[in-house]
Amino acid sequence: MSFDATHQKEQFKSVGTRPLRPDGVDKVTGRARYGADFNMPGQLVARVLRSPHAHARIVKIDTTRAEAVKGVKAVVTADDLPDLTNGDAALFAILDNCMARTKALYDGHAVAAVAAIDEKAAKQALKLIDVEYEVLPHVVDVDAAMAPDAPVLNDAIFTEGVTPKPDTASNVANRSEFGHGDVEAGFEAADFIVERSYKTGQTHQGYIEPHACVASCNPDGTAELWVCTQGHFVYRQNCADLLGLEVSKLRVTSSEIGGGFGGKTHVWAEPVALALSRKAGRPVKLVMSREEVFRASGPTSATSIDVKIGARKDGRITAATATLRYTSGPYPDMWAELGAMTSFACYDLENVKTVGFEVVVNRPKVAAYRAPSAPMAAFAVESAVDELAHKIGMDAVAFRIKNAAKEGTKSSYGPVYGPIGIGPTLEAAKAHPHMSAPLRENQGRGMACGFWFNFGGQTCTDLNINADGTVTLAVGTVDVGGSRASLSLIAAEELGIEYQDVKAVVADTATLGYNDMTDGSRGTFSSSMATISAARNAVEIMRQRAALMWDIPVEDIYWEDGHAKAAGSKYGNLAPLSVKDIAAESGNTGGPIAGHSELVADGAGVSFATHICDVEVDPETGSTRIVRYTVIQDAGKAVHPSYVEGQYQGGAAQGIGWALNEEYIYGDDGRLQNPGFLDYRIPVCSDLPMIDTQILEIPNPNHPYGVRGVGETSIVPPLAAIANAVSNAAGVRMSHIPMSPPRILAALKDAKG
Amino acid sequence: MVQVTLWGGLVPLADNQKTISVEAGTIRELLRKLEDRYPALSGPIKNQVAVVVDGVIYRNDWSQPLAEDAEVFLMRRLAGG
Amino acid sequence: MTAIAVSTTINGDDVEYLCQPDETLLDVLRNRLGLMGTKEGCGTGDCGACSTIMDGRVVCSCLVLGAEAQGRSIETIEGMAQGAELHPLQRKFIEHAALQCGICTPGFLIAAKALLEEKPDPTEEEIRFWLAGNLCRCTGYDKIVRAVQDAAREMRGEAA
Ligand code: FES
Ligand code: FES
Repeated sequence: MSFDATHQKEQFKSVGTRPLRPDGVDKVTGRARYGADFNMPGQLVARVLRSPHAHARIVKIDTTRAEAVKGVKAVVTADDLPDLTNGDAALFAILDNCMARTKALYDGHAVAAVAAIDEKAAKQALKLIDVEYEVLPHVVDVDAAMAPDAPVLNDAIFTEGVTPKPDTASNVANRSEFGHGDVEAGFEAADFIVERSYKTGQTHQGYIEPHACVASCNPDGTAELWVCTQGHFVYRQNCADLLGLEVSKLRVTSSEIGGGFGGKTHVWAEPVALALSRKAGRPVKLVMSREEVFRASGPTSATSIDVKIGARKDGRITAATATLRYTSGPYPDMWAELGAMTSFACYDLENVKTVGFEVVVNRPKVAAYRAPSAPMAAFAVESAVDELAHKIGMDAVAFRIKNAAKEGTKSSYGPVYGPIGIGPTLEAAKAHPHMSAPLRENQGRGMACGFWFNFGGQTCTDLNINADGTVTLAVGTVDVGGSRASLSLIAAEELGIEYQDVKAVVADTATLGYNDMTDGSRGTFSSSMATISAARNAVEIMRQRAALMWDIPVEDIYWEDGHAKAAGSKYGNLAPLSVKDIAAESGNTGGPIAGHSELVADGAGVSFATHICDVEVDPETGSTRIVRYTVIQDAGKAVHPSYVEGQYQGGAAQGIGWALNEEYIYGDDGRLQNPGFLDYRIPVCSDLPMIDTQILEIPNPNHPYGVRGVGETSIVPPLAAIANAVSNAAGVRMSHIPMSPPRILAALKDAKG
Repeated sequence: MVQVTLWGGLVPLADNQKTISVEAGTIRELLRKLEDRYPALSGPIKNQVAVVVDGVIYRNDWSQPLAEDAEVFLMRRLAGG
Repeated sequence: MTAIAVSTTINGDDVEYLCQPDETLLDVLRNRLGLMGTKEGCGTGDCGACSTIMDGRVVCSCLVLGAEAQGRSIETIEGMAQGAELHPLQRKFIEHAALQCGICTPGFLIAAKALLEEKPDPTEEEIRFWLAGNLCRCTGYDKIVRAVQDAAREMRGEAA
């Protein structure tokens, strides 16, 4: 069915209000069921054996002693997950990451797993699995991994994207390049140049809910999976591919999800749980411990970045370059490329060039983390931009306004921008009272900008009008932070009914068509588009039903304010029919009324934010306190403003943790030394002030209501905003994230000479 | 004729052409003609590309019409959080 | 190992169970008693998702042994609402959008309830330090603090 997605609607009744979320009561009473809150009859407990070595060949695994433990029902190794990936490198990486095949590639890499009747038997069996390792030299640092004498992780990796093609294997998986113009000439024309190198540590998404699933394989080839995931349809596809199951026979139900932020976008242990269940012939529950979550799931890249920017005296940037090196864990991906694309996306540049190097290291496989790869690039670029503004003697905001991208700008990653929000967020920052608030001793103010693409994708929605006129909305994107409320608002708006009369649920894979992963800030953007489309289809049917009820031609019926109305004076005495009226008669007018929608929601619209931050640096201890924080971001149209604010605040808080504390620390042995919340410290309530938000609404031309994604951009500016604030507070430029107290103290000491 | 710009990784697969002119009315037609001309592109086109038309990223929707003077980029399909 | 028999009070009801000597109260609540509203985020006392109240004090139930509940009184999230009537904190958390994913919410509610019982009129700083043992990765805490402040106001009988 053709669906017109162009932006038309300006006046709203439901959208933009702040009703209570439909899953609220379940969540405050403890009734909501997350990944670990589900059980099946006869269920076994699974535990995973993980490599203690950063890099080792697996010579032999002997499971006989483990299998003999009383209560143990199955032990699996890579042999139980044969390679069915058919040359698909991305899928093979997922498989090898789920269960190491020939080599353990990082501390925590799974090598075997056990299912037993209880935790005790499972743990005992783990100890009795005999693994013979041949320990190999390892490398965890990004720059060290690029050195010519570095231990090579994978002999099959030859750097792609360079000519001539190299003839020796290395840890640099690919080189990517973006840009336009002549940067040499641009730097010639510059009056001032800033050139700096930066590093950022590896962080984890830090969702509070560990990965958890219950898997059940039946002898007839059918299977069920209950799991916390950002995309149950994608998990179904991954698991079916890896286990050789038929897609239709594997039913995946997404539980309530206790945070994901990108870390629950591909399978980690689910295929292992299914393999155990298949072997044991019983349901299996697998819940990762926090230590396993840190050692073996989702971190972001660690990076090393060089930036050079030149500008004329009048404040116009003449040239900009960046070289970005990103770790990807042991399997190549596109993290450096994303960094290279996003680096200078905020600016209108005549001459720009960015080069990304994707580097494999003996660390866990990198997963997306909220605007993946953008925060590190923004840290480097926005720090250098700030320094350059100082050098020229210009105000940091004015300098950015002068160089900001606008409609018609050729972006640094290629395409020309449509209407975008970077300029308006900067103007709003300039006018914000935060900018002129007084500062005390040892305090400083910083600001920075951020960019993210936002995505759409394949989406499917069912909207059923019940006999009492209430509406059930089944969506296939996962509710990661209030989207059921937002989507109910959308359905209410489009149908012209009350929010309370809509109940949104997340459907499982057996009851709805395919939906892409809930990533790239697409949940509300895409599912709202599909919901509008489904509602319009339902309205079409309701017009036909009204025509039957009145016995008049359907062409004479129009839809307005939630009612079918007859057009023209000849029907003057026909009272409008409400959704309830039409639904009540549906049994006699053709049966149930529903609207469906299957579409590709593309045209998500890029997103920009500007953050302002005040910090206080203690010169004695080097510790930094966030005193005040403001987020300004374009939402296109905020469907449920409370949850938009929540996304802004949550992203900012994660960025603050990244900037000041969070970091994977490896020992010389390549083992992770801080796999717990005690030593990997995320911000707590007493670390933060209130986080002010300002929502701008610059409608997305490619969505009927103007909606853009809002979930990710807010994590992009904080690293640089805080670094710039620290520089203004303490007079030192921090080039290494996190800016932990020892690093700041060292910088203060250096500055004193 | 639309002008298509390829991302760096695709250039070696297309006789080292960075920009290519193609007669195409939709994304689908564009991709098909590119594949015909440069068979080595068919792998990436199958599951790795996103098409940017006049600044808007299309990951999936190959039915998008292309205007005469459309500005088209082939990018890697991106991941998100 | 032989199981230990425990008699205790949970949410006002007498409860008896058998548990292993090394089994945590968290595991007993979730696996033996079906009280899965109490969550596990770390198992090491660092996240507060498993917060429960034992004899009036907030404890991490992952750090308490099931056997230690003998003769004590335990409160969990399942006992917070009075029948169909939500506790003011529960209502205010929903009204202020103080939860996104909600996995941390039971722990925050339990901790905040204990706070307001001890200090009906806490300052923002007191709220922030009291709740510093509860991790939330989604919200940045802003709306959680506001919800607690608003609930405290209501419980003191002040107009919002
Ligand atoms: S589970 Fe007890 S404190 Fe984290
Ligand atoms: S709401 Fe997700 S951790 Fe707090």
